Amino acid sequence: MHLLGLEHLSRDEIVGLLDAAVEFVGVGRQVAKRNDLAGKVIANIFYEPSTRTRLSFALAARRVGAETLDFSPSGSSTAKGESFIDTAQNIVAMGVDVVVVRHSSSGAPLLLTKHLKDVSVVNAGDGAHEHPTQGLLDIFTLRQRLGRIAGLTVALVGDILHSRVARSNIHGLTKLGAKVIACGPPTLVPSEVAQFGVEIAHDLDAILERCDVLNLLRVQFERQRGAFFPSVGEYAHLFGMNGERLRRAKADVLILAPGPINRGVEITPDVADCRNSAILDQVNNGLAVRMAVLKRACEL
Amino acid sequence: MSTLLFQNGRVIDPAQGVDRVTDLYVVDGLVVGLGPHPGLTPDRVLDCTGKIVAPGLIDMHVHLREPGREEDETIETGASAAIAGGVTTVACMPNTEPALDTRDAAEFVILQAKRAEQCFVLPIGAVTKGRQGKELAELGKLVDGGAVAFTDDGAPVASAEIMRRALEYTKMFRRKEKFARPVDEFEDRFGKAVLVHAEILELTEGGVMNEGAVSHRLGVRGMPGVAEDIMIFRDIVLAELTGGKVHILHVSTAGGVHLIRKGRKRAEELRRAGKPSFWISGEACPHHFILTDETLTEFDSNYKMAPPLRTQADVDAIIEGLKDGTLSVLATDHAPHAPEKKAREFDQAPNGIVGLETFLPLCVTHLVEKGHLTWPQMIEKMTVNPAKVLGIDRGTLVDGAVADVTVIDPAVKWTIDVTKFRSKSRNCPYHGWPVTGKAVATVVGGEVRMSTLG
Repeated sequence: MHLLGLEHLSRDEIVGLLDAAVEFVGVGRQVAKRNDLAGKVIANIFYEPSTRTRLSFALAARRVGAETLDFSPSGSSTAKGESFIDTAQNIVAMGVDVVVVRHSSSGAPLLLTKHLKDVSVVNAGDGAHEHPTQGLLDIFTLRQRLGRIAGLTVALVGDILHSRVARSNIHGLTKLGAKVIACGPPTLVPSEVAQFGVEIAHDLDAILERCDVLNLLRVQFERQRGAFFPSVGEYAHLFGMNGERLRRAKADVLILAPGPINRGVEITPDVADCRNSAILDQVNNGLAVRMAVLKRACEL
Repeated sequence: MSTLLFQNGRVIDPAQGVDRVTDLYVVDGLVVGLGPHPGLTPDRVLDCTGKIVAPGLIDMHVHLREPGREEDETIETGASAAIAGGVTTVACMPNTEPALDTRDAAEFVILQAKRAEQCFVLPIGAVTKGRQGKELAELGKLVDGGAVAFTDDGAPVASAEIMRRALEYTKMFRRKEKFARPVDEFEDRFGKAVLVHAEILELTEGGVMNEGAVSHRLGVRGMPGVAEDIMIFRDIVLAELTGGKVHILHVSTAGGVHLIRKGRKRAEELRRAGKPSFWISGEACPHHFILTDETLTEFDSNYKMAPPLRTQADVDAIIEGLKDGTLSVLATDHAPHAPEKKAREFDQAPNGIVGLETFLPLCVTHLVEKGHLTWPQMIEKMTVNPAKVLGIDRGTLVDGAVADVTVIDPAVKWTIDVTKFRSKSRNCPYHGWPVTGKAVATVVGGEVRMSTLG
């Protein structure tokens, strides 16, 4: 089964994946390695730089017994002009069960499903469209820490406009009954975001006290050139999560960040490393979620 | 002497206000008149009973790709596609490689079209050298080479100063030859037209679809409609400043329709007051009054074009603009791309779709059948109105006119099949669509280029 995004998954399908991920937590470390996907081959096709997602998928695959193939376009036939579809078809022809694809173009994983046969496609992030495993692992982490999802108020803070993580989080969280607030400057949180059934806020201080979870999206420095905000310093001033803001938030507020984090910009070190922070839990849970996703992908 | 008879068809010629069942005689490539001509013995009779006999359709907005991108289309294949679609004259855009910005380039197009022996192909010259927007192309030499209008289509003339000078300069290229069709004094006043691809590039940089709810859902960089509106406004006021002739290509926004409507009203007021006026007209392409950006949710590059598919409100406004005459021209923006170019990641695929072979049936199905336009209104926008924009002696069946004739079966229902296209390319979102109406004979200069009639 393909996993292209959370937008087109039902509530039950999302819960099913979250539940399935529970039994994979700690596999390969606290719990013995598994062989669910013995004999399966997972190809990681990454057309865009990635550290954690790429390593996480590769490690997850190995801990459930699959073999992995890694592809990135630099130094490959892509540099010789081979198209994305041709490259993927050639890799799949080697005998691949699941293609994990990361691409800077929104819709690239869907394009692959139309050109590849007998293989499941897992989206590891496409443009600003979706990053479903990141969305799942964020939701998994807050469910693990807070014990529920429905009724929680979750603020996604930062660059909603360009964020695939934000879109996947919004689709998943709203389906599971959370209240989502998209918070950032109007340049990065346009009014069209309201179509997802979320509240729009441009003043972090005004919503702080209401939030059970703050998910701090990474600030992409190149957006400063695009006039989305005047400076990184001003961004941190208005939307950065710091110790002072943490004191005004709920005592048990949960801090998430999909990373890579810019310390001192969207999050200060004291917040990143405090007991409210679940940032490293997210990384660990990411493995479990991806094991569950890969297992589902191998099922027809 | 060779005589061709179109027998017993419903002759619709909006330029003459004709809509009646009658005969049309053509002798030696020229129309000799409607009604019975007892003195003439036809060499060939086309039985047009139950059919519409119209002036040959003009598509003033096509990309034929030759020279430079013959893998997408050639003048021959594009002209063949035109004939299949009932189009007898196309005007081709200068965004070839190299750009059509010199007299010899214009003459090359005309030569290739003559070799192809299909439809008439009229070159449109670039406004600026290499379509770079920096210096005016040699517009006078282009006119001598056969260019009928100017545009940097595919890209805007970003500099308002260069646009202003182009509009002033082209005013001197007045009609020299006598026309068979009646020419309104106003039509004749402004020289050659500058055709506007309206896009403020700073607002569309990196954009691949309409900016709106759908682009935000898909996480795709959008292009706001105002990027089009702003330049339409700029060029309307520059037309007034200069007394020039401006035609807005492929209008896709409600705002654009509104601005052109206001501009036409202003030009008409000036004209009535006996003051110096200007020309402003606008064109609509089928995809902009049929499809919206909601079609993009599958990231299918056959729905990717520039200007992009917009919202239902824009579609409704364009239909309204067609109905009230604000948009006087229908055209295709026929933009062929070889399959391997469209089969790419959505943001990397090129813009545009082919249109020549779906032009007439889409307009019949979505404008006439839906009651937005009458047959004469639709045909006017596909014949004499584009002829007026280009200043060419085409688009009517008046006595003495070059016998370009399209015979239309108005009722036939059929299904679009891209595999049957004569165009070299297949980038078309309408495969499998049911449509009504089809060209059943295409006659160019009295020569029957296509006919399925008895």
